Formats: sequence, structure tokens, C-alpha cells
Amino acid sequence: MLRRLVSGVVLVGVLSTLAFFLLYAGSGDIARTILGQQATQETVDRLTQQLGLDRPVLSRFGQWVSGAVRGDFGTSWFTSQPVTDAILSRLAVTLSLVIGATVVTAIVAVVLGVLAATRGGVVDRVVQIGSVVAAAVPGFLVAIGLVMVFAISLRIFRPTGYEALADSPTGWLATVTLPVIALSLASIAGVAQQIRGAMLDALRKDYVRTLRSRGLPESRIVYEHVLRNAAGPALSVLGLQFIGLLGGAVIIEQIFAIPGLGQVAVGATARGDIPLVMGLVVVTAVIVVVLNIIVDLLQGWLNPKVRQS
Amino acid sequence: MTETLTSAQVPPVAGSASAARTSLWRRLVKNPLGVASLAFLVLVALLAALAPVLAPTDPAVPSAVDVLAPPGGDYLLGADGSGRDILSRLLYASRLSLLGGLLALTVAAALGITSGLVAGYYSRWFETVSSWVAGLLQALPGIVVLLAARAVLGPSIWTSMVIFGILLSPAFYRVVSAAVSGVRHELYVDAARVSGLSDERIIARHVLTVVRAPAIILAAGIAAIVIAIQAGLDFLGLGDPTRPTWGGMLSDAFANIYRAPLMLLWPSLAIGLTCIALALLGNALRDVLERTSTPKKRRRGAAPATVEVRSEPVVVHDELPGTGSGEELLHVDGLSIGYDQPDGSLTTVVEDVDLTVRRGEVHGLVGESGSGKTQTAWSILRLLPPGGRMVSGAIEFEGEDLAKLSEKAMTRLRGRRIAYIPQEPMSNLDPAFSIGHQLTEPMRVALGISRAEAKGRALDLLARVGITDPQRTFAAYPHEISGGMAQRVLIAGAVSCNPDLLIADEPTTALDVTVQAEVLDLLRDLQSEFHMGVLLVTHNFGVVADLCDRVSVMRNGRIVETGPARSIFADPRHAYTRSLFAAVLEDAEPRGELTTVPVATREGAHS
Repeated sequence: MLRRLVSGVVLVGVLSTLAFFLLYAGSGDIARTILGQQATQETVDRLTQQLGLDRPVLSRFGQWVSGAVRGDFGTSWFTSQPVTDAILSRLAVTLSLVIGATVVTAIVAVVLGVLAATRGGVVDRVVQIGSVVAAAVPGFLVAIGLVMVFAISLRIFRPTGYEALADSPTGWLATVTLPVIALSLASIAGVAQQIRGAMLDALRKDYVRTLRSRGLPESRIVYEHVLRNAAGPALSVLGLQFIGLLGGAVIIEQIFAIPGLGQVAVGATARGDIPLVMGLVVVTAVIVVVLNIIVDLLQGWLNPKVRQS
Repeated sequence: MTETLTSAQVPPVAGSASAARTSLWRRLVKNPLGVASLAFLVLVALLAALAPVLAPTDPAVPSAVDVLAPPGGDYLLGADGSGRDILSRLLYASRLSLLGGLLALTVAAALGITSGLVAGYYSRWFETVSSWVAGLLQALPGIVVLLAARAVLGPSIWTSMVIFGILLSPAFYRVVSAAVSGVRHELYVDAARVSGLSDERIIARHVLTVVRAPAIILAAGIAAIVIAIQAGLDFLGLGDPTRPTWGGMLSDAFANIYRAPLMLLWPSLAIGLTCIALALLGNALRDVLERTSTPKKRRRGAAPATVEVRSEPVVVHDELPGTGSGEELLHVDGLSIGYDQPDGSLTTVVEDVDLTVRRGEVHGLVGESGSGKTQTAWSILRLLPPGGRMVSGAIEFEGEDLAKLSEKAMTRLRGRRIAYIPQEPMSNLDPAFSIGHQLTEPMRVALGISRAEAKGRALDLLARVGITDPQRTFAAYPHEISGGMAQRVLIAGAVSCNPDLLIADEPTTALDVTVQAEVLDLLRDLQSEFHMGVLLVTHNFGVVADLCDRVSVMRNGRIVETGPARSIFADPRHAYTRSLFAAVLEDAEPRGELTTVPVATREGAHS
């Protein structure tokens, strides 16, 4: 566990170091870019000094790191808002979206995967081909389709906007339903395929025959024993899907005008707001590390062998 | 999103990809989804290549009067928000999208396959380092990295596709290095090395052929992801605004969603159908490549494909005084078992078997592996593997035909009335649950007793089967106990609900010799204690001599000799029985195919 934690910290460190130097090395005259071509050289120089860009990159990196470990990632070049605030105020929105999509994925994928593995035949074929297609269609196409049908034609949901879960649970549900569906379709497909395969593997195991010989009902064997044994590989894929959902949210938030991290990311990217971009890279890396630790803990809970080692 | 295609979703590497390219092609053509996908992709590529010829107007020329012009007239698909011809833009956009996708795919494949080959073939430190880098690259959502790169490098489709190619290369790397390290230790590679072939030649000849199939499959999946992400970036407005792309067109259409919703259709179709076609093509390729290179798995315990059709009379020994009188528990009559084959035929593995097990009696079912004895045992429990079924005959348990019982009634019977001890102890315990759980669960379900009561019984049973520390074993997981202990646990589980009939399938074969004797003793004691009937499947006449009252000798799915154990031991009449005896005397376990006996002697055996 400790090793996991350490390697996670190392990962975050390496990624942010790489990102820092690549971002600054790649940018030209930053102050000039911010101010535009009309600005006088004098104002450009002043801004360069203000932003500390006249100092050597190593000293800037040192300053960034010493701030970062205290949770201070500097201020945005454009809004003057502290990066930490800008990100934290949006983080909950994106996480509620992505976690919602992960929960939906887990539930629906288990149902579909188990059905495909145990029923076989036509059900299996439909789930298999369906999940190949669903995994291939980009989430933003699904999102646009959902907006067209459910928000514009049928007017069941609002096409855009967001309400925080804490403010209004029903409002939250009404605003995130379509985005969550759009996000989770592809990951449902991926996880369902994995569960189907792992279930089929587990069903062939000797102990399943022995459990049957003990007089346990089939439903109990499938949902308690086989599913638990199949859950490990599926959980790994679900973890990867979570990372994918985090990326997918960037585009989905744009379509539904949801004020999440994705919007921050797109804005910061288009403007070249490096402190904000750096903050986003670190936050994403931390989320990924935390996620991997959670997945490991769950794997241990599922599989006693993993727990021991 | 679809960007997380990883080795986890990639199928296990198929064996040799020696199938000739031409026949692969022919098989792919027979797959309707594969053909349709391929045809669509070729069509898109052709349209893209011929865009300058086909496009009715310049895609970049705006026209203020034609903003959002409806389809028809001058504009076949209408005009966009700047009054540009949608059809022309769509055609030109395909060029950029496809070329961009190809670039990312090429970078990913070149990097991933090369590093995968090196890591898999030479291993050592390179593998450690590259695996770590691969993990690093996969740790972040691709789009976040692309956004960061865009912030610095500006909106060029080519640079972002190169970066995306690098980000995707771990998928190739993992698949290829796994395939290569799998093949590196194959004997034929060793042989090639010994015969003096250079590493380059070996890689080219033996290793690349193995990598080809999984890499092709992966490429189709990766291509779909690239198209999707690329369109996503353009949709976000982060692409190059001066050139038409599918994602950019989608973005423009989305901005006009209320005024001209139809405009969304064309780029959506282009992106969606291309992605779907690539995915389905990959799926079809997987079907074709893997079905040809993985040989059909032989079912464990399944008999050789052909069974001697010629029936010979069974040698039946007379009953001795004191045998054949108890209550008949199980009566198998004319049992035949077959497996459905993919081509619709039926392979018979057990034919016309008669068996009787009386209460308090141990009936040994003896024969070499593949003789059908395990199949017979499973069919009594109605637990044949998928594809296997009882073709004819009756299995009467206390007068009731098990073959006609409902699934529910059969489940009620299992465990409580008929119990089963498997052959291989470790694989027959569920690794995810504690021993205690696996012992108490059936008792609680079958006997309806409380958790505490079941635990008490389980601890008693564990002590009864000779486990010195029942509490500890109760709390242990299967991987924490030895094989001998596991078999004792399985025996405890089998007798936990006081069954009348116990079916033991080679219960000692997988154990050490010293443990074997103890387990046999235990079985004998339990049998008399619970007054069970036992059907003991074994290939070992030593075990039979130790335990059995009655013996049936099985060969090629048929019973050749049956009778009280004492008579058969005193006077084995069938030549096959005698050869089994001989094998025991020579202290060699008769596992493989025995020397066949000339037909003449066999005929003579029961004259």
C-alpha cells in the first residue's frame, strides 16, 4: 500500500515536471501573446516582469513546486483568479458527472455482461455487436443526438445548464441525465464486454461444478460466486474507463454548457494560460493516482490473494 | 469516451499467424459485417482522394447570401453558417481526417511495435523502463494532454496527431511485447537461435508472424479512437480553423442547431459511420484471425472423438453370497452421453452403460483416462459441461428418473441426497471465498439452518475429516491451505448435508502418496459412518482393492466387465481388465492408451 502511495507521488511529480518544462519550452514570448500585437514593447516587458517570466526557468520551477506542495498553483494569467480556486470550484461538477457515469456504467454493464454470458444465443450476439458499435461511436455524437431528441424535439430535459447536487438533487438529476448517458454509453460497452468474457471464463471453472453439486441455486452461483470472480478484471477496465470518462467530460461539458473542469481546460488551452493548464494536469494526475489506489483496494476486497500480497 | 483501448480489451494473442494472407482475405470476405465495413472505408477513402474532382465548389469560399441554404439547388447538402457548400467541405474534410488518423496510427504502430519487439525479445532493463513509460503515458486522459500540447504548439492537426500517436503507442507496445515474450521461449525459436540465425532474421521470420494478427486487430480499434478524438478536438474549436474538418463542421452545425438541425447529420454520419466501420472491421478481423489460429480446446475428461461402435457383450460376474442384496440407491440403465459438435454432428463419449449402487456399498468405476467414467459421474449429477447431454437411457435414484426431473428438483437433490467429491482439490474451491463460507453456504441453503448452527457443524466436520485446527482452516482462504487439506475440506463439504449417495471422481489422484492413504481411510470411515452408497471413479486398482465392494471396468465409453470386487480380483476375465491389473502389478499407473489387445484374445476372454 505504501509502495502504491509512493509510486503515485512519483508519478504526479514526474508528470508535472515534464509538463512544466514542455509547456514553458514550447511557448514563445508569452507576454506578447497575452497582450497582442498592438501592445507596446514597454507594456510587454512590464508584464514579463510581473509574471516573473524574466527569471530563469529553473527558479520559476522551484517557486512553482514550493507553492504546489502547499496547494498554491499561482494565479491565472487572464482572470487573476488563483488557480486552486478556479479548479476546486469546478472540480465537484466534473466529478459528479464522471462518478455518476461510472456508477451507471458499473450497473448497466454488469446486467448486460451477465445476461450475455449466461443466456448466450441471440442475447449474446446482440450485446456483443451492440457493444462493439457503442464503444466506437464518439460520446459527443451521442450527446448531440440526445440533445436533438430529448431536449429539442421532446423537451423532456433542458438542453444546457447545470444545478449542483447540494442545491437541488432533482435539478441535478434533470441536468446531468443526458450528459451521463452520453458519457457512459461507450464505457458500458467496454466494461460489459469484459464482464461477459470474465464470466464465461469463471463459469468454466471446476469450482462452479462443485458449487452446483452442493445444491446451490444457479442464481446464487452466478451472482455471488461467478460474478465476484469475474469482477476483478472488469474492475481494472472500469478504472481505465474512469480516466476515459474524465477526458470525455471535457467535450460533453462543452455541449451541455456545464461549468466543469472541461470548460476551464478548453478556455485555458485556447488562451495559453499556462498556470491554469499546469494546475489541470496536476489535478488530473492526482485523480488518476487516487483512482488507482481505490481500484487496488477494491481488488483486494474482491480477491483474497491480492489482499495478502 | 473511447480513448482507453488498452491491452485489457485486446484479445489474448492468438497462436501462430501462419495462415496465408490470401486465405485470410477470403475468410474476411465471407464475413458480411467485415465486408460492409471494409467497403464503406474504401468508399470514404476514395471520396477523400477524389475530393478535388468531385467537390462542386471551393470548400473555403463563403457566400453571404447562401448562409444556411437548405439542401438542393446549387448546394446538394445545403450551405453552412458561413454560406459554404457542405458537400465540398465534407469531401475535403475527409482528406484531412483520414490522413490525420493515418498519421497518428502510423506513429503509434511504429513506436509501439518497435519498442514492444525490443522489450519482448531482449527483455531486461529495456522492458522495465518502457513498461514504466507506457504506464505513464496511459495514466492521463489523452485529451487533457492534447489540450496542454495545443496550448503551447498551436492548432496544427499534424502535431496533435503525432502527439496522439505517441500517447496511443502503449496499446501496441503492450500487445506486441506480450506476444513476443510469449513466443521467445518457444522451442522453435530456441532451435533457430541454436542453428545460428541472427536475431534480426529470427525476429523477421518467427516473431513478426506472431505479432501480425493482434497488431492488425488493434490497429482498427486505434484508428476508430483517433478519428473520434480528432473530431472531438476540432469540435471544441481547438483545431485549425482554416481547414475544413469533420469535427469543425459538426461544431458549426451545432452552433446552428435550432435553425438548421439537418446540418448536423452529415458530419455526424461521416464520423459515426467511419468509427463504427473501423470497429466492426476490427471485430471481423478478430473473428477471422482467431478462429483460424486457435485450435479447438479439448474438453477435460472428454473421450477420444471416436468410440468403438461394435458392441461386445459385457462380462458379468455372478453375485457372491452377501453381495447384491441391499436397497438399490442408484440404477443407471443404458446411459449414453454425447457432445454436440459445431458441424451439427454428435460425438458419443459414453454408450449403453448400466450401473447399480446399493446403500452402504462402494462401487468402483475403473478405467484409463478418457474412458468416459468421469462423464458418467457428471451425468448422474446432471452436471455435464456445455454441449454435453444424455442421449439415451435412464438414471434412477431411489426409483425416480433423474433425467426427467425439473432443474429445481434436481438442485434440491444435489448436496442433500447426492454429493460429489472432485478430483483436483485446489481448482474446486472458489478462490474468492473463505473455506468457512464455502462449507456453511450449502448447509444453510440445503438444510435451512442458521449461520451459527452451520458454523458449528462445519467446525465439527473439519475436525472429523482430520484437520487439526478447524477454527483456522474455517477462516482461511483456499490459497492458504495445502492440497491435502483442500481435499479434506471438499470431502467435509460433500458429506455436510448427510447425502445418501456420494460420487467421488478420482478423489486421491491429485494428492501425494502419503496423503492418498489417509484420504482413502477417511472416505472408508465416513462411508460406513453415514451408511452411504458410493460411486468411486478411479483409474487405480489399488484404490479399488482398498475400498470397493463392486467394480465396473470401463473402456472407450463402455463397461466391459462388472461384478463383485472379490470375484473380479480373483478371476479377471476381460483382457482389458487383466492389462489394468498388470499395470498395477508393475507399479506403473495406466494413464495413457494401453497396448491394444488383438481382437482374437478379446473374443476369447468371455467365451
